[in-house]
Amino acid sequence: MYTTNASRGLPRHRSRYPAERYTRWALRGLVAALVLALLWLVLAFHLNGQPIFALLFLVLGAALGVVFTRRTLMSHRYIFPAVASMALFVIFPLLYTVGISFSNYSSSNLLSEERVRAQLLSRTYQEESATFGFQLYSSDEGVRLYLEREGAPPTTGEAEAELEEALEGVSRFVTGPLSLQDGERRHVAIQPAAGEPVGEPLPMREVIAYRTALQNLVLATPEGLELRMAGLRHYAPMLDRYEVRADGSLYDRRDDLLLTADGETGFFVTEEGERITPGWPVAVGLDNYARIFLDPDIRGPFIQIFVWTFAFAGLTVLFTLIVGFVLASLLQWDQLRGKALYRTLLILPYAVPAFISILIFKGMFNQHFGEINLILDALFGVRPDWFTDPWLARSMLLIVNTWLGYPYMLLLCMGLIQSIPRDLYEASAVDGGGPLTNLFQITLPLIIKPLTPLLIACFAFNFNNFVLIALLTGGNPDILGASTPAGTTDLLVSYTYRIAFQDAGQNFGLAAAIATLIFLLVAGLALLNLRLAKVRV
Amino acid sequence: MAMVQPRSLRWRKLAAHLALIGFLTLILFPLLLVISISFREGNFATGSLIPERFSLEHWSLALGIPWERADGTVVQPPFPVLLWLWNSVKVAIVSSLLIVLLSTTSAYAFARMRFAGKGPILKSMLIFQMFPAVLSLVALYALFDRLGQFVGWLGINTHGALIVASLGAVALHIWTIKGYFESIDGSLEEAAMVDGASTWQAFRYILLPLSLPILMVVFILAFVMSIMEYPMASVLLVDEHKLTLAVGAQQYLADHNQRWGNFAAAAVLSGLPITLAFLICQRWIIGGLTAGGVKG
Repeated sequence: MYTTNASRGLPRHRSRYPAERYTRWALRGLVAALVLALLWLVLAFHLNGQPIFALLFLVLGAALGVVFTRRTLMSHRYIFPAVASMALFVIFPLLYTVGISFSNYSSSNLLSEERVRAQLLSRTYQEESATFGFQLYSSDEGVRLYLEREGAPPTTGEAEAELEEALEGVSRFVTGPLSLQDGERRHVAIQPAAGEPVGEPLPMREVIAYRTALQNLVLATPEGLELRMAGLRHYAPMLDRYEVRADGSLYDRRDDLLLTADGETGFFVTEEGERITPGWPVAVGLDNYARIFLDPDIRGPFIQIFVWTFAFAGLTVLFTLIVGFVLASLLQWDQLRGKALYRTLLILPYAVPAFISILIFKGMFNQHFGEINLILDALFGVRPDWFTDPWLARSMLLIVNTWLGYPYMLLLCMGLIQSIPRDLYEASAVDGGGPLTNLFQITLPLIIKPLTPLLIACFAFNFNNFVLIALLTGGNPDILGASTPAGTTDLLVSYTYRIAFQDAGQNFGLAAAIATLIFLLVAGLALLNLRLAKVRV
Repeated sequence: MAMVQPRSLRWRKLAAHLALIGFLTLILFPLLLVISISFREGNFATGSLIPERFSLEHWSLALGIPWERADGTVVQPPFPVLLWLWNSVKVAIVSSLLIVLLSTTSAYAFARMRFAGKGPILKSMLIFQMFPAVLSLVALYALFDRLGQFVGWLGINTHGALIVASLGAVALHIWTIKGYFESIDGSLEEAAMVDGASTWQAFRYILLPLSLPILMVVFILAFVMSIMEYPMASVLLVDEHKLTLAVGAQQYLADHNQRWGNFAAAAVLSGLPITLAFLICQRWIIGGLTAGGVKG
């Protein structure tokens, strides 16, 4: 290896060629534009109340700026794009997932506290204490809606006082001529009226016929107060339901309750402890981990899935290795003809995209009209329930995964067997060793060492073989009595996926906690692999 | 050729051939079956491998052409398979090009330059590539959800998000290309630099033309991986016309309504090009897959 000029950080002189000078300036401009774009993102995230993402892009923009301006970091310019994309799409999501695992982030605790507050403050309710009776008056241009205040004005309460202020003592309103044919929600202005419009009011029967259109009318007074239909004979004003108090708590004007923000659970709660949804995510410490290990409804399925995941990955490695190794030994035999054709056909399962072959098996294993059950029925008169019996579903997964995975092992073993010196077999033949002696005394001992790290990588891959489970069984059949969606064929990864994306509660926090545990396991496997493979850099 | 031959060689050879042929029949049965089913009439047809009632109905539907049955009813294609295939190919081509670009430049630095943190960065890349993207889907979803508020083409339900997200998986390719670069003698570039070439020029005009084969291999590898990518696409894409093939194809075999025949035609149609590409390039792909990750 030699040291390039770039990595010595030598100054670069002004180029003699104009084209090269312009290119350099264009590249500098590009970097500057990128930095500016990232800073704009930082600002946008910051103003939107997303400090973590603002920080992420601040770090990214700063790193970009530093790496592309300092000449001593010339070499790092070459690796920056790849390292940055890994940081953004592998390392950041990993850290973020670990972070989520300590929070109660879920579909009920999704928005930030400010957004939750804003959403609650935009809620309205119908003030039933002041109702307006209404009549419809038909005319040539359309139907007029005439409203008249009913009952005595109420005496107490802030809401009522505000209402009176908005009404300014007017008690009769009328709309312009309306067409009540379409049922779209729309806003209609109403004006104070001196008295009833001319003509006869429509009978109740016709009012009922217009009911849908009437329900979708929002009547707005000149003061901005909104009225909506509240029963077949009345309209009632809509008021803001919540009001902010000085200490930040919310007052529920309809039910006369005081709501305080609970920083521990991430909800607004009433004095009785009742939660108002939606909430916002808050840190809950180790609660998610405690749930995994202590809550019996989660611990039971978790342990069952954990054991199955290990069994699945281990058995897959074992089966594919056996099949692949036996085939590789056969194909390595000098006397055999047509090896190239056999080889091509044998790796065919590897060449077909997995998502297609998995779906093919899903159709073939279909219990009612799948080909496998038709053949089994014709030959032995049995129709196994591949998708509803847990053990049969597991065997099916192993069969399919062996089919999918043996070509990789075959290729690995063929490569490794080829590197074994042929004279070892010669010597064995001279001493009268048969094929089995060759296998156990020469081939296996010589390939097992270089094969081990690859087997660990294969184990790690199958440990997280999400696509197979998602496309073939979806984790079904379900484990009975689990409080989260958990299936007997679920692997840990598909289990987390289902908790996060398919469960009604979308409990991202719990899913992230399980994901973090898998991260630890995978990290262990990766380190072991690195040590066994003796990677030199 | 071995000098010492055991007896009964002929029988052993015959047994080996029989075993291999038997095994192959078992292994290839599903693939042959699907081809056969794609030509059968109806969605639940059973029968022998060579269809008794030949019909092009499923193929016509897979190609997006409405099919008129013998009794006059017209069947509309259930899913836009060709659109899905096009989406997959589009995403795969763009992301593989970007992956090749990113991994080539960094592999060059890792192979030819000395700089602070080189060893640790390479090793941690090897470790991080073992973490499956499925586990950080929640975080990736959140990232693109937020990004989409400010940058439209990077939001949820865009191909941009899927392409950009796939750039995280460059570690394997960097190792593959790095191994190849190291097998090329550095004296050529050194000579160029003595003659006044800059580092970039030596890389661009000397090393890059020499390493076209490995770049092709990495491109094809990244392409195949992107076509087969399922978890990220299943979370990031929502609309039916945006789906990639890997996510869309499963809709044929929904639990309550299995369109077995239609699926077979769509599977053969979309799977065949990918399979053929793989078989043609198998020599290089297999080298990259089996050796690249662990070669020192």
